[in-house]
Amino acid sequence: MVRRIVERQLLARRIVDMNIHEYQGKELFRSAGVKVQEGVHCKSVEDALAAYDSLGSKVVAVKSQIHAGGRGKGNLYCPDSGDLLMEGGVKIAFSKDEVKEYSENILGHILVTKQTGPEGKLVSNLYVEAGCEIEHEYYLALLVDREAKAVLIMASTEGGMDIEEVAENTPEAIHKIWVDPSAGLLGFQKRNLGMALGLSGTALKDFFGMIGKLYDVFTCNDCSMVEINPLVRTKYDEMIALDAKVGFDENASFRHKKWDEMRDLSEEEPTETRANEAGLSYVKLDGDIGCLVNGAGLAMATMDVIKLYGGEPANFLDIGGGANEEKVQEAFEIILEDPNVKGILVNIFGGIQRCDIVAKAVLSVSENMGLEVPLVIRLSGTMFEEGRAIIDASDLDCTSVETLAEGAESIVGLIRGE
Amino acid sequence: MAIWIQEGSKLLIQGITGSQGTFHGEKMVEYGTDVVGGVTPGKGGQIVQLADRNVPVFDGMIEAVEKTDADATVIYVPPPFAGEAIMEAADAFDRVKGEGVIVCITEGIPTLDMVKAVAYVNDRPGIRLIGPNCPGIITPGENGGCKIGIMPGHIHSKGRIGVVSKSGTLTYEAVAQTMSIGEGQSTCIGIGGDPVNGTGFIDCLSAFESDPQTVAVVMIGEIGGTAEEDAAQWAAANMSKPIVGFVAGSTAPPGKRMGHAGAIISGGKGTAAEKFAAFEAAGIHIARDPSEIGAVLKVALEKSGLL
Repeated sequence: MVRRIVERQLLARRIVDMNIHEYQGKELFRSAGVKVQEGVHCKSVEDALAAYDSLGSKVVAVKSQIHAGGRGKGNLYCPDSGDLLMEGGVKIAFSKDEVKEYSENILGHILVTKQTGPEGKLVSNLYVEAGCEIEHEYYLALLVDREAKAVLIMASTEGGMDIEEVAENTPEAIHKIWVDPSAGLLGFQKRNLGMALGLSGTALKDFFGMIGKLYDVFTCNDCSMVEINPLVRTKYDEMIALDAKVGFDENASFRHKKWDEMRDLSEEEPTETRANEAGLSYVKLDGDIGCLVNGAGLAMATMDVIKLYGGEPANFLDIGGGANEEKVQEAFEIILEDPNVKGILVNIFGGIQRCDIVAKAVLSVSENMGLEVPLVIRLSGTMFEEGRAIIDASDLDCTSVETLAEGAESIVGLIRGE
Repeated sequence: MAIWIQEGSKLLIQGITGSQGTFHGEKMVEYGTDVVGGVTPGKGGQIVQLADRNVPVFDGMIEAVEKTDADATVIYVPPPFAGEAIMEAADAFDRVKGEGVIVCITEGIPTLDMVKAVAYVNDRPGIRLIGPNCPGIITPGENGGCKIGIMPGHIHSKGRIGVVSKSGTLTYEAVAQTMSIGEGQSTCIGIGGDPVNGTGFIDCLSAFESDPQTVAVVMIGEIGGTAEEDAAQWAAANMSKPIVGFVAGSTAPPGKRMGHAGAIISGGKGTAAEKFAAFEAAGIHIARDPSEIGAVLKVALEKSGLL
């Protein structure tokens, strides 16, 4: 049962809409009064060397900045030759020469970690941070627990390790508190969590203050996740956030204008970003049948049924409810930009969405862009008669069907030339 | 008897003067829903015409519930204000009547606003929240019925099948499937695809189990979270009525959010395969293709001696 609860929470913590880099997360921490080491964000080797001089610390950490975990255990590769350049995306440098060596190996190169997938991520940002004398490493995370419907604060004495492994092997090492949204984070909860980690004296006091500030960071910034791995206790019993993984809830972007400046578009899939800006949800897949659907569940089911009939979906695309002609047109453009697409299945079951609007949009797309791939259209629900009438009255070359299964069967057949 | 909403339930519309509120307000009145009033702060005293009906607008929910004795409210308020609209409705129903159903259609409400709103609703035991980010709830009648939300009314018909779903459009698909074998619906509920919401699968299953009109349930889940597994486990121990289940997202890649904020597979958890397996273990009749729901339901009804 404990295992199950932990799994649920791990699941919930990944529901992140917009990630930021560690150096940006630490900026948020610093301004909220959460203790972090002095550090400098660098874009070049020269920046890194200057940072080393300005920090005045003999030992520094040279840290790759990408939106994925497992950086320390990742490997850096040359993007051209594919050669392995260095093991470890986070290095401790004991001299200026080492800072030079490490930053040269990191910047402009590909970092592959457990979370990036084999293609890895190009590193163009670096964080150089003053070293600190670590006595013990802890794990700390704040997230929304979807089952408990509350903010959950989770901590473990096993810091620096993969939390999934800790949850798997020693679930009893993970301590949790849930925050009652009307009461807020209470003193006894902070104290209990600190004591569960075995903290006392100055360290406990430090932890007590820090966790309250982190809860404020979480709620004031509409975070979907704040993860610190490791949080460290120094030789001087200070609690310092050595890491900062922060994600924001995109739904709250209307009240956080500064997110636009923090967004690193190079970390996002460009077509998905463009779709997002147009109010569409799009996820690129590897198949050859483009899907244009209203509703997330139906869009997923459409992919599933295409697969059941032996086809491969090229994308997930949800146009949402109440899309106008321009939005539907944009959706077609995004689908057709994918060179793999050999056919398109439009599947609409109108609730908010009016079928006649989709029908008109399809016609104008074919007039403006010229559709060269087979098209199958299924319209059902709100104003479907009008929609089908518009399609039937036109000279559009397409197959009109009544059910999803017919649609999937028909598009798969057309692509195979059956 | 249907569940939570009856054919004659009286409804308020929050955000009635907005374009969505007016458009869907009209559709609800045309379907036969008894829309008794609406709320838009600052527009109290106005009258909105919805189809053949003149509907009074109030400045706040307390006044609206007091003057109309409404049973339910539907929210078409934009995301920045929707969390508060839910709490205003909960407060009003609680104070004036001690009970009420709140249906929130709005998509894109910040998660922390929902954490606050759900806790506020749960503090008031007579209040039920459905949604957000959902199509709503409908109880079809002999002649019209009560439609609260954005679903196309014409696809429904009064009957004995309960429908519950995380997805909007897939709910319509499920309804069309029941109709394809000549079965109507008792009540259909879209619970929404957000990570933090009100009414869940188990609440719905439990209500259908005690509802004499309902003989079988169609349940539509999707990837992410463990609500489907929990519901399956609950059903195995507590449901005597047959359930037909489908889960969307078998082909969804891990780590990617599939439209709904809650629909994501992570760390290999929350997959459709796991949910189908949980359904199977609980004796739920599985449809792998939503177009098969009708056929599977027919078999389930036959097995239970209901056909």
